[in-house]
Amino acid sequence: MLNLETPKKHRMLIDQAHQVAMNMLRPISRKYDLAEHEYPKELDMLAAMIDGLEESGASEGAGATGVRRDETAAETGNKNGSNLSSVLSVAEMCWGDVGLMLTFPRQGLGNSAIASVATDAQLERFKGTWASMAITEPAFGSDSAQVSTTAVLDGDDYVINGEKIFVTSGERSDSIVVWATLDKSLGRAAIKSFVVTKDMPGVKVERCEHKLGIRASDTAVITFTDVRVPKENLLGSPEIDVKQGFAGAMATFDNTRPLVAAMAVGCARASLDLTRDLLEQAGVTIDYDRPAQLQSAAAAKFLQLEADWEAAQLLTMQAAWMADNRKPNSLEASMAKAKAGRVASDVTLSCVELAGSVGYSEAELLEKWARDSKILDIFEGTQQIQQLIVARRILGLTSAELK
Amino acid sequence: MSLINILKPGGRNGLSSRERRDPIGFTVAALNRLAQSDLIDRVGLRKQTEQAVFTVTRNGFKTATAAGRQFKKVSGNTLAGTRAPAAKASGLFDLTPTDDEQMLVDVVTEFATEVVRPAAAEANETCAAPEGLLKASLEIGLPILGVPESLGGISEERSATAGVLVAEALARGDMGLAVAALAPGSVATALGLWGTVAQQQTYLPAFTGDDVPAAALALTEPSVLFDVLAPATTAERAGDGFVLNGVKSAVVRGAEAELFVVGASLDGKPALFLVESSTEGLEVEGDPSMGVRAASLTRLELNDVKVDADALLGDADGEAYTECVRLARLAWCALAVGTGQAVLDYVTPYVNEREAFGEPISHRQAVAFMVADIAIELQSMRLLTYKAAARAAQGKDFSREVALARKLCADKGMRIGLDGVQLLGGHGFVKEHPVERWYRDLRAIGIMEGAVLV
Repeated sequence: MLNLETPKKHRMLIDQAHQVAMNMLRPISRKYDLAEHEYPKELDMLAAMIDGLEESGASEGAGATGVRRDETAAETGNKNGSNLSSVLSVAEMCWGDVGLMLTFPRQGLGNSAIASVATDAQLERFKGTWASMAITEPAFGSDSAQVSTTAVLDGDDYVINGEKIFVTSGERSDSIVVWATLDKSLGRAAIKSFVVTKDMPGVKVERCEHKLGIRASDTAVITFTDVRVPKENLLGSPEIDVKQGFAGAMATFDNTRPLVAAMAVGCARASLDLTRDLLEQAGVTIDYDRPAQLQSAAAAKFLQLEADWEAAQLLTMQAAWMADNRKPNSLEASMAKAKAGRVASDVTLSCVELAGSVGYSEAELLEKWARDSKILDIFEGTQQIQQLIVARRILGLTSAELK
Repeated sequence: MSLINILKPGGRNGLSSRERRDPIGFTVAALNRLAQSDLIDRVGLRKQTEQAVFTVTRNGFKTATAAGRQFKKVSGNTLAGTRAPAAKASGLFDLTPTDDEQMLVDVVTEFATEVVRPAAAEANETCAAPEGLLKASLEIGLPILGVPESLGGISEERSATAGVLVAEALARGDMGLAVAALAPGSVATALGLWGTVAQQQTYLPAFTGDDVPAAALALTEPSVLFDVLAPATTAERAGDGFVLNGVKSAVVRGAEAELFVVGASLDGKPALFLVESSTEGLEVEGDPSMGVRAASLTRLELNDVKVDADALLGDADGEAYTECVRLARLAWCALAVGTGQAVLDYVTPYVNEREAFGEPISHRQAVAFMVADIAIELQSMRLLTYKAAARAAQGKDFSREVALARKLCADKGMRIGLDGVQLLGGHGFVKEHPVERWYRDLRAIGIMEGAVLV
């Protein structure tokens, strides 16, 4: 039966996340936007709290580990599980602050990757690690088949060499999920991911980037020089299956894209919530029944923004719900990411415009959200990459046909 | 009209009232008068195309409304009639329709594919739905979809979601025909939602029987910046009843309709009135518009139309009326989703087959990304519409949700119509392909009030 409300069973979790976002993240939001690269020590306590929640099972598996697909669950009708609760709680945390959320200890994208593809034994071994994700290199961004970091089997270890950039939480994490190729001549199929811990000799954080937004989150350049990684740290199958190609590595994205979409949804809602209030104080109230063209231009604009936002939110929930119900969702995940990414930019930038210099000033957070949102239309697959994926699926075209 | 006004060009022919004529302009205008005069016709220089019968394909031709049947008046019981109970929510997020709804969608989809789509082009030209199609739509139960079971309908509970799914499936065939077919059921649904016992007993048997009347929910008015919540049409109390005055537009199949639900201001608040077509003072005029032409759109003029006290449908404090406006907007959203899906279904094989510069045009990002955006925004429209519908069915407040759905469906729906034509290039502009019709139909979203209801 059609029902697109936030599930009742997740209501409490989301309310909790909202309180944490409001009372823990917002008060330090501007502080770490200004003090880029300074570690938000307040988050250690939060991390302990999240661990406690996860242990007690009260979190419904929310957070980075929530993307694991439970293959053994019995088939019993409609399921609202950890994928849905994860996107909802991530959105709520990002309503608080995207940058801070991205630097939650032990909640890195690497953790999501491990949760998505690791074996049970690996899952146990990497329990409690804070894992970042290292894909991008200086010579490529979206074209992740171009990985030139190498992994060469030598005895029981892989030896990894290369340079990774744009590693979110690269400095603060204790391990890194590194994408490297076993044999560049074999193309995509040879690209595998490895869990590299920071204590392995040859791993070096070179520097942290200065950025437009999400400044509370560190973005590192990391080099790998003859890093010996035990072969049990390879995620997924070590075989080079040319037929399967990239699918294994890319499967992670089906799980993480709804999360990034959720970040965009949360960030945009922060702007909408505040702007609605500021407009009301300025004498503009949104009337849902009266046609937009009969209201003030500001109200009409707000209606458009809110409608787009609601679409982003529902597409994100749809993608997560499909994952919970074990339906293939890479089309829907990309739709959600594409819509949420562009909507977050439109919403946050328009809200600055609606609020005038109040919105532009650092005295409010609207200008910060308008900077933070931009990355959400870029990482984990840009707007254009999502459109490519959606177009290929809808049109039934291969990547050779639709380049 | 003064001579000065006649000489002014503005206010007619799409000219702003600011336009002025210079001497050359006056000469050209005079020549044009001559060219239009009967003199030329009398000497047989031009073919005559006068039509003596009422037609909805032209405007400016007025006639009385249909004589209509005598609805057997049941009076007295002004208690609230039977209402379908709200649907029970499971509390879980769910995008799967119920089995019953899916069955209904399958039946309607087949009807839309086999019957509606093939009839769409001609119905657009003639501004009329084929009789057979309308008959068939009765057989699949469209008019009684929103009527409670105990009143002879098929809905066990509030049927807003089923209504949305059906409207979407029908519009995937054709929006204009969907509107024509859904109009009588919309009036029946309104009676189910707000009718008194007496009103339901008077009118519903006609809709649940074999000879279902055409009926129209008339809320829109022909005015710029029209606000549906403040209709210019008025209802004044007179004796035991009301006197209605005003003009309604976008009235579906107004010339055939035997029963109207008319929106009018009563004591400063909007209200709904049941008006039978045989009532004195009603006049209907063809009002063919840009699109949705198969719905035989008309204007309905009400001149001192006297109705009884029991003509008031629902309350007089604007609550039923506002609910009606929201549910009608919801139905239009569903129509936009169906038509948007038709566009996507059509352009997908087209761009894969059409070649330019040695390969299918779909191999170019400029083309492929337009298709991707159609798919993304279409699903956005669908989810917003479903959310509003589910809330309505569960008896929750859905004013915010339907407003957002309508905004998105108006904006993105039009974009989809526009891109649908663009993707076919010149071929999209000619009537050999249906995309130009969908372009015209999709402009209705955000403009139309009333007419259809879920």
